[in-house]
Amino acid sequence: MSIDQNTAAKVAKLARIKVEEDALPALASEFNTILGFIEQLGEVDVEGVEPMVSVTPMRLKRRADVVKEGGQQDKVLSNAPDAREGFFAVPKVVE
Amino acid sequence: MLDLTYETPKPKTIAGARHDWELVIGMEVHAQVASNAKLFSAASTEFGAEPNSNVSFVDAAMPGMLPVINEYCVEQAVRTGLGLKAEINLKSAFDRKNYFYPDLPQGYQISQLYHPIVGEGEVLVEMGDGTARLVRIERIHMEQDAGKSIHDMDPNMSFVDLNRTGVCLMEIVSRPDIRGPEEAAAYIVKLRQILRYLGTCDGNMQNGNLRADVNVSICRPGDYEKYQETQDFSHLGTRCEIKNMNSMRFIQAAIDHEARRQIAIVEGGGTVDQETRLYDPDKGETRSMRSKEEAHDYRYFPDPDLLPLEIDQDWVDDIQARLPELPDEKKARFIKDFGLTDYDASVLTAEVEAAAYFEAVAKGRDGKMAANWVINELFGRLKKEDHDITESPVSPAQLGGIIDLIAKGDISGKIAKDLFEIVYKEGGDPAEIVEARGMKQVTDTGAIEAAVDEIIAANPAQVEKAKQNPKLAGWFVGQVMKATGGKANPKAVNEIVSARLGL
Repeated sequence: MSIDQNTAAKVAKLARIKVEEDALPALASEFNTILGFIEQLGEVDVEGVEPMVSVTPMRLKRRADVVKEGGQQDKVLSNAPDAREGFFAVPKVVE
Repeated sequence: MLDLTYETPKPKTIAGARHDWELVIGMEVHAQVASNAKLFSAASTEFGAEPNSNVSFVDAAMPGMLPVINEYCVEQAVRTGLGLKAEINLKSAFDRKNYFYPDLPQGYQISQLYHPIVGEGEVLVEMGDGTARLVRIERIHMEQDAGKSIHDMDPNMSFVDLNRTGVCLMEIVSRPDIRGPEEAAAYIVKLRQILRYLGTCDGNMQNGNLRADVNVSICRPGDYEKYQETQDFSHLGTRCEIKNMNSMRFIQAAIDHEARRQIAIVEGGGTVDQETRLYDPDKGETRSMRSKEEAHDYRYFPDPDLLPLEIDQDWVDDIQARLPELPDEKKARFIKDFGLTDYDASVLTAEVEAAAYFEAVAKGRDGKMAANWVINELFGRLKKEDHDITESPVSPAQLGGIIDLIAKGDISGKIAKDLFEIVYKEGGDPAEIVEARGMKQVTDTGAIEAAVDEIIAANPAQVEKAKQNPKLAGWFVGQVMKATGGKANPKAVNEIVSARLGL
């Protein structure tokens, strides 16, 4: 698989990262290097081997259904560029 | 499994300009899990709280915060799966669905695309006319809800509340087995009923705790059968998805409009584009959600913050063993044990609380009579004041007491209604009220005979007329009932009036 400039532009747009037109060839080339490495990994025969999801034998940690957090509106909003009446205020998004 | 003694309903057909069309509908229902805390954080799920007050740093996606799964939410999803007779996957996993929106601070929703916790199940959807559709469930997965955006508080800004962010949803995905708007509504009703019986979702549609995305396509008669035979979707038309509806009425209207829109396109020689649409209840039409189309590439990948979710068969068996009796079984039992009609049994099992109430009344009494009183008198009275069964001022023991008095012949059906009203308004023991207020039915024939004689003696003209026209005897019965304050046994009065008039 090879990434062309259009695909690179689309990936950038989906990630909401602004990339200037003249930077796209270099970006596409970097993507291709990464994908090349992944393809190399794909050459290893892993037939019948279960994907490893953790390096330690762990079980997913669980939590009881108890409310322990909340009531910190001020802290939650403290980093917001704009907040009004307890809400985050953002430029209008209407469907 | 229950016997399927139902006929399948006929699919809805819509006449186009050229020929008839059928509808094919699949639904994705988002049901909010009834839990105290959120799926991956310890913030409250309570509805209607101050904005951004039920928000932990995990929900606000503060850097470095890690999700920890709420075991009860998992249990609720498993319980739901078992209630829909579905297979439970002992190993499931979480994936990130990536998109940007102001009410999704993480920039992704944690969901289960590749390995959902629940596999294939089924729901029997009764149509109320003796027909029923078996709708196959494809899967149920757990995912996070997004926050809420409010657009009408400021002309230039949208306001975002993250209280709902991270609340656990179950997405229940059906196969395209639903064949009309009415069936779609009936499917939601049945699903909601089962969820409420299970206690896994409160089903409050107004609060958005149960919402549906509806996939609609059209096909020519005969094509759907080919699809069912082969499970090959190419026999069906291109589908459009109508997003996020939380009203039965809107769901039906949206499906109807969307089907007609697609028919017009296809009959006009065009093709339907697969897209996401939004229903506008004010205009009664669906329109394309262009923004969704542009960003439809969600770039799913396994969430590296979460290990796969492994559960034990013993735990699943334990949840299975604790499942309550579900609507289909309860209804079948009511019909069999209490001799109820299909309709009455449906009404009484619609809500689990009402079913429990009825059973308490019917225990050791005549089932049909108990059903009549619960449905006609109690439900009717509660509805008048917009109360539900849990707010009933009349307890099952009190209503049972009233029915006992009728059965014993102590009070007539008419007096029983007066007595019901007294108990409803004032409370108290029905038997004591009847005793204290002299409401007992007069079965003493001597007393009734005296009353009849008195009326006959006072109305000689009516007596002559009644002898000519026996139907007028009813007038005397009415007068006697009136004179005895409705307490005379109507059957005895009838007999005595007829005898005295020589009819």
